[in-house]
Amino acid sequence: MIRIGAFLVGLFFAGWLLVSAVMGAFAFVSEPPAKTAEKTFHLYPKEVDFSFNGPLGKYDRAQLQRGLQVYREVCSACHSLKYVSFRDFAALGYDEGQIKTIAQEWPAETPSVNPDTGEATTRKPIATDKIPSPYPNDVAARAANNNAIPPDLSLMTKARHDGSAYVYSLLTGYQNPPADLAKKFPDSMPGKTTHYNPYFANLNLAMAAPLNTDGQVTYGEGAPKPTVSQMSKDVAAFLTWTAEPKLEQRKRAGTAAVIFLLIFLGLCIGAYKNIWADKKTVA
Amino acid sequence: MSFPWANEYKPNNAFTRYLDERLPLPRFVYNAVGAGYPVPRNLNYFWNFGVLAGVALMVQIVTGIVLAMHYAAEGTVAFASVEHIMRDVNAGWFLRYAHANGASMFFIVVYTHIFRGLFYGSYKPPREMVWHLGLVIFLLMMATAFMGYVLPWGQMSFWGAKVITGLFGAIPLVGEPIQTWLLGGFAPDNAALNRFFSLHYLLPFVILGVIILHIWALHIPGSSNPTGVEVKTEQDTVPFHPYYTAKDGVGAALFFLLFASLIFFAPNMLGHPDNYIPANPMSTPAHIVPEWYFWPFYAILRAFTVDFFFIPAKLLGVLAMFASILLLFFLPWLDTSAVRSGHYRPLFRKFFWFGLVPCVIILAWCGGAPAEEPYVIISQLASAYYFAHFLIILPIISRVETPKPLPNSITEAVLAQAPGAKLQPAE
Repeated sequence: MIRIGAFLVGLFFAGWLLVSAVMGAFAFVSEPPAKTAEKTFHLYPKEVDFSFNGPLGKYDRAQLQRGLQVYREVCSACHSLKYVSFRDFAALGYDEGQIKTIAQEWPAETPSVNPDTGEATTRKPIATDKIPSPYPNDVAARAANNNAIPPDLSLMTKARHDGSAYVYSLLTGYQNPPADLAKKFPDSMPGKTTHYNPYFANLNLAMAAPLNTDGQVTYGEGAPKPTVSQMSKDVAAFLTWTAEPKLEQRKRAGTAAVIFLLIFLGLCIGAYKNIWADKKTVA
Repeated sequence: MSFPWANEYKPNNAFTRYLDERLPLPRFVYNAVGAGYPVPRNLNYFWNFGVLAGVALMVQIVTGIVLAMHYAAEGTVAFASVEHIMRDVNAGWFLRYAHANGASMFFIVVYTHIFRGLFYGSYKPPREMVWHLGLVIFLLMMATAFMGYVLPWGQMSFWGAKVITGLFGAIPLVGEPIQTWLLGGFAPDNAALNRFFSLHYLLPFVILGVIILHIWALHIPGSSNPTGVEVKTEQDTVPFHPYYTAKDGVGAALFFLLFASLIFFAPNMLGHPDNYIPANPMSTPAHIVPEWYFWPFYAILRAFTVDFFFIPAKLLGVLAMFASILLLFFLPWLDTSAVRSGHYRPLFRKFFWFGLVPCVIILAWCGGAPAEEPYVIISQLASAYYFAHFLIILPIISRVETPKPLPNSITEAVLAQAPGAKLQPAE
C-alpha cells in the first residue's frame, strides 16, 4: 500500500514538474527574457588592496583617521553613523583629550532637553554620545534629499557584497552614461535628480559624486595626496572599521584559536592511534 | 538493551556506591556513552557526526543563552540590540558570530549525518524509530533556525518571515486567517518577533529531549556500521569509551578547526549582506533568499510554476516542499532491500552517487539563485528527480538488484583490510 501510494505521489510530482519544465523551456525559446540594463551595464566592485584584507590584515590607523576626516567634512552632511560613539575613536589612535575635542567640534549637535523648561533642544556632543545624525528624523532627511533618505553608514560595508571595495568603487565610479544605454535602454538613463554609476545596483543613484575634486579635503602633513581615489579609499577603510570595529581582535583571537586547535588535533590523533593500535589487525 | 558482554558499571568508591543505590546517573551515562556501550569496531569517520551534532547543539545553547541576556526582542530596538552585542558587550562579537556560524555548522554536521544514514541504510529495521526521531529533530532544527534568523530583524529576517509564514497562506480557504494568527498581525511585526524569540528559546530544549529518545532508541539494537552486517559476537564490538571517545576527539578537533576558521576569518561568508540593513516593510529586497541550509527545499518550493487544474502552483510548491521531507519518514518501507549498506548494492550505489547527490547539490545551487531562467527549469528537473528517486526508483531498485556477497561478520570485514592479520576463532 505504502509503495503504491508513494509511486502515485512520485509520479504526480515528478510528472507535473517535467510538464512545467517543458512549458518553461518552450516559453524560454519562444519568448526569451529581455536583457535588462542592470544585467548589461552593472559592474562588480573593483579589486582594492586594503591593509585589512587577508587573514592577518590590520587597520592602518593613519588611514582610518584620514577616513574619519573625509566622513566628517563630506559624508556627515547627509549620512548618519548612529551605531558609533565618539569614545570608539580611541581605536583610531586618539587619546581622551583629542576625542573630547572631536566631539565638541562635531558639525551636528546631540538632541537634548532643556533642564529648566523641558523643551526639546540640542547640545554639543560628549565622548559617550553616539555620533549625532545630520537630520532630526527621516521626514527631514527625505525633504532635504529629493525624497531619498541617505542611508546610515555604520554597517554599509557589511550590508553590500564585497563592501569595502564596493564603497571605494561607488565613490570613484561616477561617469557619463555609455552611449549604448541611451540607445538600448532609454528608461534607464539618469533623470534630473539621479546620477549614473555602474557600481550601483540599478545604475542610477540619488547621490551626486560626493568626492569630485582632488584636494577637496586637506590632509595633514606626511599624508598621501588627497586625490579622489585616495580619499575614497580612506573613507572606505574608515567605514569598514565602523562596521567591523573588532576586526583586529577577531583575527588575533582566530590565529591563537587555530594554533591551539592544531595542537589539540595532534594530541587527539596521537590518543586515537595509541588506543586503537591493537584493534586494527587483531580480532 | 545492549549486548550480554557489555561491561558492567562498578562504582569504585563510597560516594559512587552510595549514589548508585539511590540515583544511578553515573551508571546511566556509563551505559549510554561510556565503556558500557559496545559499538561495532569498524565504524568509519561518518559515524562521528552524531556526537558532533550533539556538540553543535550544546554550542548553540550556551552561546544562545548568553546572547539572550543582551538581546531585546522588540521591533524598534532588536536590530540596535544586536549591534550593541557586536560593539559593546564583552566578546559579544565572538558570541554572535559563533551562534550564527554555529547554526551553519550544525546543519553541515546534520546533513552529513543524514547522508550517512541514507547511504548505509541506517533507516532499515530494526532502527526505523531512530530514523524517525532523527527526522523529528531535523524538522525542529529547521523551525528553530528559521525563527533564529528572524531575530536580528534585518531585511532578510523580515522578508524571510513574510515568505515562510506566507506558505501557510497558500492553504485553501483558511490559509490567510492561519497566517494572520501565526504572525499575530497582517505582516511580521513586534508580535511575530516576540513569539519567534520565545519559541527560538524553547525549541532547542525540545530538540534535546528528542535527542535523548533518539539515543535511547539507538541503544536497543545498537549502532549500525559500514558493512550493515549486525553484530554477532563480542569480537565485533569495542566499548564506546575509550575507543570511540578517542575517535570522536579527532572529529571534534576538526569540527572546531572549521568552526573557528568561519568565526574568526569569514564570519559573514555564509550570511546575506541584506541582513545588515534594518527591516523595512516598505522596501522589498531584489532577491529574497533563505540561509544556505534551506536552499534545496526553497528550490523545490519555487519549482512549481504551473497550476494543476484547480490547485494553484503556489500550493503545489508548498505541498511538495513538505513532502520532500515527509517522504523520508516512509523510507524504511520504500527501500525493501534486505542489504543495508550501499557498499554491497551496485545499483543503489550508482543512483545514490550519480543521481541523488548531484540532484541535491543542484537544488541547493538553484535555491540560492534568483527565480529566473535557466535556474527555474534546472530546479524543476532536479526536483522531479528528487521525488522520482525516493518514491519510484528506490522501491524498484530494491526488487531488481542483486547485492554483492556480504562478509560473514564485522570482524572478518575488518581483518580483510589488514594484511597479515589472523582471524581467531570466536570464543
